[in-house]
Formats: sequence, C-alpha cells, structure tokens
Amino acid sequence: MTSDVAVEARNAIKAFGQGDMTVRALDNVSVQIRKGEFFTLLGPSGCGKTTLLRLIAGFETPTSGQILLDGRDITNDPPNRRPVNTVFQSYALFPHLTVAQNIAFGLEMLGRPKAEVTATVTRMLGLVKLEAMAARKTSQLSGGQQQRVALARALAPQPKVLLLDEPLSALDLKLRKEMQIELKRLQMETGITFIFVTHDQEEALTMSDRIGVMSAGRIQQIGAPRDIYTRPVNRFVASFIGETNFLPGHVVPEGVRLSSGDVVETGDTGNVTGPVTLTVRPEQVRLAPEGETGTLPATVKSWVYFGTDTHCHLALSDGTEVIARLQSPANGATDLAEGQKVGLRFAPGAAQLLGD
Amino acid sequence: MSANEEAARRRSSRAGWLLSAPALMILFIAASGPLLIVLVYSFLTPGRYGNVEWVFSLDGWISILFTRDIFDGTLQLADAHLTIFWRSVKLSILTTLITFVVGFPTAWFIATRPPKSRALWLFLITIPFWTNLLIRTFAINEVIRNEGLLNTFLIWLGVINEPIRIIYTDAAVLIGMAYVYLPLMVLPLFAAIDRFDMRLLEAGYDLYASRWQILRRIVLPVVKPGIVAGSILVFVPSLGAYVTPRVLGGGKNMMIGNFIELQFGQGRNWPLGAAISMTLLIIVTIALLFYVRAANRGASGHG
Repeated sequence: MTSDVAVEARNAIKAFGQGDMTVRALDNVSVQIRKGEFFTLLGPSGCGKTTLLRLIAGFETPTSGQILLDGRDITNDPPNRRPVNTVFQSYALFPHLTVAQNIAFGLEMLGRPKAEVTATVTRMLGLVKLEAMAARKTSQLSGGQQQRVALARALAPQPKVLLLDEPLSALDLKLRKEMQIELKRLQMETGITFIFVTHDQEEALTMSDRIGVMSAGRIQQIGAPRDIYTRPVNRFVASFIGETNFLPGHVVPEGVRLSSGDVVETGDTGNVTGPVTLTVRPEQVRLAPEGETGTLPATVKSWVYFGTDTHCHLALSDGTEVIARLQSPANGATDLAEGQKVGLRFAPGAAQLLGD
Repeated sequence: MSANEEAARRRSSRAGWLLSAPALMILFIAASGPLLIVLVYSFLTPGRYGNVEWVFSLDGWISILFTRDIFDGTLQLADAHLTIFWRSVKLSILTTLITFVVGFPTAWFIATRPPKSRALWLFLITIPFWTNLLIRTFAINEVIRNEGLLNTFLIWLGVINEPIRIIYTDAAVLIGMAYVYLPLMVLPLFAAIDRFDMRLLEAGYDLYASRWQILRRIVLPVVKPGIVAGSILVFVPSLGAYVTPRVLGGGKNMMIGNFIELQFGQGRNWPLGAAISMTLLIIVTIALLFYVRAANRGASGHG
C-alpha cells in the first residue's frame, strides 16, 4: 500500500507568530499523494496550500507532524537534500545565467559529470521546445518562455516530485491555456509526480488526476475532479468550485422539503435529519411549462446572456433564488419574460445533500 | 520623418544644448582647465623658490622613476619613489578588500532588515560623513596610538605588557582608510543587495546548492555591479589619500598624495609634482579600465 505513495503529510501543523498572535496556516493536515499522479491543491489565498507545498519542498519545518517521501521521514531534511524540485510562482530564474546554464544548475550542484549535464540540458531544451533560446539570457525571454525555462530547470535533476506554486498565474489567458496542456503533456511524458498549487478551479478541474480542496488550513475534500464537482462534501467545496444553488430545507420521508414547501426527491438521505442544505448546479436546472407534474413553481426574475448560455434567475414561491444555466438558442433570443411563471425541475441525481 | 517633425526635433535638440551650456562650461573650466595647467607645468623647469620657469624640460617626468647622480649626472632608479608608488597601490588594494569583507555582511544585514529600520541603519552608516575627515582621522589616532584607548585597554586586561606599536605604520594607514572609506563600499553594495531577489536563494537551495555555493554561484555574480561600484569608489580615493597617511602614517610612510604635496611644498619641484599627479591619474584610469573590463567579462560568461 505504501509503495504507491510518493509524498505523505501526517498530521502536519504549521503555526506562524507567537503567543496570542499564533495563526495556524496548516491545521492537522494529512494527505497521501500517489506516484506519477497530477495532484492539485486548490483553495483561496491564505488557505494554507502554499504552506503545505513549502513543507514538502523543505523551506518550512512543520510545527508538528511529519512529511514522508517514498515512506522515508524527510521532515528535517534541508531543501538541498530532498529529491524534490519547485517551479516558483515568480519563476526565480537566475538573471546572470543563460537559459542552458539555468537548466544545468541543479545537475551541476549534484556534481553530475559534464557530459551527462550537457546531454540532459539538450534533452530538457527539446522537451520545453526552447532549443533556439539556449544561449539567451532569461531576461530576453517572454513570460511563457521563462515559465518553460523554470519547468525545464526543475525537471532536469529528475526529481521524485515536482512542486508547482501557482506557476501559471502571471500568464495571460491564452498562454495559460497553452501551458496547461503543456504541463499535462510534460507530466505524462516524464511520469514524475506533480503537486500543483492553484486558486483557479478551472485549472484544477482540467489538469488534475486528483484535487485536494483546502480552506482555513484544512483539507476539505480529496477526490477526482468529477467527484469534487458533482459530490461536494460541504458548503465550502460546493461554492468554491463552480457556481451552485443552495436551497435550505429539512429531511422528510419522501426527500427534502424546501423552505418554499416544495418537496425534492433526493434518493437515500441516510440517517440525516433536521435542517439541511440542498445544492444543485445551475446547469442541472431545467425549465418546463408552468404546472407540469413533478416541477416546482417558480417565477422568472431576470436573465443574463453569456453567449454559449443564458443564466436565468428564478424565485421559488417563498422567494428562494435559483439560477438556471440554459443553453442559448441559435438566434440568441430567449422566449422568457420577466414575471413569467414556469415549472422548475432538477436533472436526476443533481440535487445533492450537504450535511452542514 | 516629415520636414516639420525634423525641424521640431532640431529645435528641441538645440534648446537642449543651450540649456546645458552653463553646466558644460563649468565642467570644462573646473575639470579640464586645472588638469591642462598641471599637464603643461609637468613639462617645465622648476623655479628657484617654487613655481615654474617657462623653459621646456622632461626632467619632471624623468624624476618620477630616476634620480640624477649629483656628481656624474647619470640616471639611477629612484627606489624611494617606487616604494611610495608600490605602497599606495598595495594599501589601496588592501583597503578595498578589507572594506568589501567588512562591508558585504553589513550591507546584507541592512538590506534584509524590515523597511522601517533599514532607514535607521543607513543613517547610522552615513553618520561619519557628517564629521570632518581630519577629526575622524585624529580620532583613530587617539584609539591606536601607544598611549591610546586600544593599548591602554589591552594592558589593563593584561593581554600585553607594553603597547603594540600601530601608529605610524602601514597598518595604521590601512585601519584609517578602511574606516574612512567603509561607507563608500557599503552604500553601493546595499543598493545592489536591496535589488537582489531573495527568492533566488530558495531556488538555489531547492536545486541542491549549499549555502556557500549559493553565495558564490548566485549572490556574488548577481550583485557584481554593486561590488564593482563600491570597489571603484574605495580604490580611487584610497590611491590619492592624503590626510590619512599624513596623520596616521607619520612622515615616513608616505603615499602618492603626500609625495605630490611634498614636491609642491618643501621640495620646490612643481614640474615633478605635476608629473606625479598626471601619473596618479593614469594609474587610476588604467585600474578603472582593467576593472570594468574584468567585470564585463565576468557578467557575460561564468566559471
């Protein structure tokens, strides 16, 4: 079992400050990251994701708890003794060295023979498609190219784990999309475990094998992108990833009775009782003619045209707001009118129960 | 470019020259004028009571390295002059090294303080500038002379029985110059280290470099412009130092500055003084060229 775990954090706590001013950046975090996996730590700024990354890199020592690499305790190893490399948010390229010298740096520090260094640098330049830039100073490169150099430099020593600290945040949207594909390709080709930190949920969903959603120094949920999106475990995860509707209600035998009095079938509610929250993604909300069986009565409040789809703001009978994301018709027009009465239905299995 | 634009460009260029004319005039008169006078004087004959006689002679330049035998008039290498030149260069290089070794950690310390206290530290570094150089030099004298603070303290401690003789040696001159010129090294180093991206340290550490390798392979090359600037700022005035060797080196441990003064004063050999002045200028220029060349080479490649 342990053999397929690359990195593990065990009950890691990291507190900053002293006395009453202590802040727990990481609050008892345990996580196992598998070999060859593209694992993303996702969360808002200040959630502790970068702190966890820095613990793995060795730039910080946990207040308590352990960091393991291939089952070996590396908690107190300095960064230069860990077979782990980092791609920094600011790239942190060496300004006095050329592209090739930057990439060679780690190998030279490891004391690898010259021939091997040269061969690896050539291979890395090819991998990130920068052969023509080998002799350039890094300041002469564009942001995307600098990003590639940072990647090549961190990959060159063939680390067991590559840590990426929001590496795409400084790039513009188009370049970011390209680099997302590029990163995924590099990870597949090298087979190296990637731990990727981001606050961009779309980035996390498209690239990751698994995502760890973090908030307030804790891991809220770990799972494949699909699981995280469709079955969020709590309100934070549901709202942080994608847009969603929260509908307050309480459990009744048939399902959940909303505050509007309508009952929504939710399948097995387990042993949950009392007040609950239902979450439904806007794209899983369907509109139907008023009064159709199995629909909830609602009123159209307003709608916003987004191009591919149209967001329709609706109100249930007690005023609870529901957003429906509808595919825009070919001519872009909509047959909805403000104040129009409609029926509202959730796609099967779309309504998820949140415990808190 | 259209004719209108061309005319406008010429107008603004002419206005620029006109506006900077006063500054250029002052620069020319204050910098080049005296230099030209010194150059001309170096080719004249010494007057009987100082000053010069307007008779062309190369003796001023020849006397830099040679002395004429009083009896047969043959030229002999002037050992004393060479000693002075050598001492000046040696002490200046040592001063530069000492200020760097002391100044680099100081500048690093200041640059890594929080911005608020940084201003205070910089202020403390510049405080010596507020005091007259002569007073500062005599203060050093007061510390290192035989009955001075240092010796008294060491004797009181029982470390030594009799005073260590520092005053009026090369070591005294070195201590004095390192003290006086230290801020000139610290400030440009601080400016360079302040611009240094500290995240590069983590990048180096992450890429398996030890602390020493980070210093040698990353920090020093990146802050090199600051090191070059500081070294020039210390080396050049060290070479021409006058007050410090005079007060702390006594009469015997002369440097070029004192030697020049001697020729214009008691020596009554203005052409020789002028020739040495020009020589000093040439040494400084060569040293600067050499240094800048080396710095540029270091910046484009690496070892």
